[in-house]
Amino acid sequence: MFHWLEKNPFFFAVGVFLVIAFAGLIEILPNFAEASRPVVGLKPYTVLELAGKEVYKKDACIACHSQLIRPFKAETDRYGQYSLSGEYAYDRPFLWGSKRTGPDLHRIGNYRTTDWHENHMWDPKSVVPESIMPAYKHQFTNIADLETAYAEAVTVKKVFNTPYDTPNGVKLGTWDEAKAAALDEAKKITADMKNQNVKDAVAAGNIPEIVALIAYLNRLK
Amino acid sequence: MQSNAALEYDYSVAKLFTYTTILFGFLGMLIGTLIAAQLAFPELNYLLGEYGTFSRLRPVHTNTVIFGFTVSGVFATFYYVGQRVLKVSMAESKFLMFIGKLHFWLYFIGALLATISLLLGYSQSKEYAQYEWPIDVVIVVIWVLWGVSVFGLIGIRREKALYISIWYYIATFLGIAMLYLFNNMAVPTYFVSGGLGNIMHSVSMYSGTNDALVQWWYGHNAVAFGFTVPIVAMIYYFLPKESGQAIYSYKLSLLSFWGLMFIYLWAGSHHLLWSTVPDWMQTMGSVFSVVLILPSWGSAINMLLTMKGEWNQLTENPLIKFMVLASTFYMLSTLEGPIQAIKSVNAIAHFTDWIPGHVHDGVLGWVVFMIMAGLFHMAPRMFKREIYSKKLLEAQFWLQTTAVVLYFTSMWIAGITQGMMWRAVDEYGNLMYSFIDTVTVLHPYYAIRALSGVLYLVGFLMFAYNMYKTMTSSRELSEEPQFRSPMA
Repeated sequence: MFHWLEKNPFFFAVGVFLVIAFAGLIEILPNFAEASRPVVGLKPYTVLELAGKEVYKKDACIACHSQLIRPFKAETDRYGQYSLSGEYAYDRPFLWGSKRTGPDLHRIGNYRTTDWHENHMWDPKSVVPESIMPAYKHQFTNIADLETAYAEAVTVKKVFNTPYDTPNGVKLGTWDEAKAAALDEAKKITADMKNQNVKDAVAAGNIPEIVALIAYLNRLK
Repeated sequence: MQSNAALEYDYSVAKLFTYTTILFGFLGMLIGTLIAAQLAFPELNYLLGEYGTFSRLRPVHTNTVIFGFTVSGVFATFYYVGQRVLKVSMAESKFLMFIGKLHFWLYFIGALLATISLLLGYSQSKEYAQYEWPIDVVIVVIWVLWGVSVFGLIGIRREKALYISIWYYIATFLGIAMLYLFNNMAVPTYFVSGGLGNIMHSVSMYSGTNDALVQWWYGHNAVAFGFTVPIVAMIYYFLPKESGQAIYSYKLSLLSFWGLMFIYLWAGSHHLLWSTVPDWMQTMGSVFSVVLILPSWGSAINMLLTMKGEWNQLTENPLIKFMVLASTFYMLSTLEGPIQAIKSVNAIAHFTDWIPGHVHDGVLGWVVFMIMAGLFHMAPRMFKREIYSKKLLEAQFWLQTTAVVLYFTSMWIAGITQGMMWRAVDEYGNLMYSFIDTVTVLHPYYAIRALSGVLYLVGFLMFAYNMYKTMTSSRELSEEPQFRSPMA
């Protein structure tokens, strides 16, 4: 059979494809629907949080930080309750990471505050003297892309039925409504910040990346 | 029967991809060395403002060495090996020649655009699949063009039976195509939202745990079909050609090929041990990872036994040395991987530097060594000149071997140290170390790793210089060498 296959490239290629394809089908498909279900009470990300998630992706925080607490005592003592599948239901993409050069961030919102993050992104050594993390000062001047974040929210609502605009849920509304809501949310964050340029920018209607990022990090609980 | 002496092979496309292998190899390793140094000396993060932080550069490093260096090497060797084992010249088909050149130029432009997009921060944040959807579309076109080349050459072949290397090149084409397509399924937000926001942005088709499964089904097997399968294709051609020895066992190559195809794809979930992925999938990943030793070692042992009775060549020919060391590192790496995939070991190893350590003994010791040996073998045949310097080749070999050993030993120690410190508790059951304690302790190992990067990079520059001199000013050859590559 193998000699025959080696003289018939078409059937050879079909053979290879069948052999490599079905492992994926068997491992990924059976659990697909179940793994898509959110835990009870999980809310989709607000537009500002989504913009913050984009900053997290753009500056590739994932290169050094995980968002996955494994079910060991050493991890639950350090980071809190181990992670559940349903907590990630609205995470597109998943941001578990694969390397902890820095600590896990899945529940960072439980034990770090807005002002801590502000100091830390401006100069990590000011809060953790031996830190090897670089400063991310450009996040204080770059303006977050709110419109793209809104476009993402609209897309997941339309395509994946992510529950926006439900009673007691996260309101999305029109672009203008969403923008106003994001600004309100941002102002609550800048109230706890000290950087005057950031405060001024938000007052003028522009939200710096750092504010969006902090909104996202505070949401991780 | 056609006499192959009459065939004049056309290496113009193989040469082009040889140049990009060297170029992207240098760039990728340079950035790799820089980011390794950043972990030891954080001040180095501020050389390029927002574009020079470790986090922004790490994907540039991984993508440049994978899709720049390695994939260029795969294409270069295919356009060389393909013609020779199929007994057909590219010059015989104007169409295939056109496709080959289009393939190269689109690839080159695509690679530049892709790198710029990463530096600007356009990223899906999925490892080794960072490129946003417009870049993905370009990559698909490039891949299809390569497919046309592969099956086009096969279509006009004179040698009816496909040689082992061709099996592996076909598998590379199919495997990457399937994995890349499914993992990068994403919805561009600009179109769905009616023209709002950035046109580059997209949102993954899968969420959370499902996204993780698809990603690591891809991530693990991109290693399979990028770093294993095509490299095995190379060694099956270049080792017998350089040594003049026949492959030790056809049956072993059959077992290894079909075994590798069948088993590799199951092992992806070993990247998700102790995660929220169902237990049975994690166990499957573990079990198949261990079974994977069989086909991996099958190929490696087949290569080593091919040298049976001819081990003297190891001292006489540095290219044989490169290839034998490459198969040895392949064996090391394919034993280390399954060990890390055992759940209890993974509990310590995951998230630590042992993982990049494992990756790099595989890529630096196996992938890069094999690609360099392949290009060195091709050079005298493509440029009709002998290899410029044997001494330089020998020095490069020892320098880079030292670098690889420094890399993986330092990262083994760093990874296991950190993994143990994270879980260490005192007599009352309290955690003994804060997180930052487990970072500062790694400084010496990060410094050693940075040094190993510098050594390896210098070795790669020696390779590039040797190749450049071979192309331009080495002694000309009057006829093609049959087996052992001539060198001064």
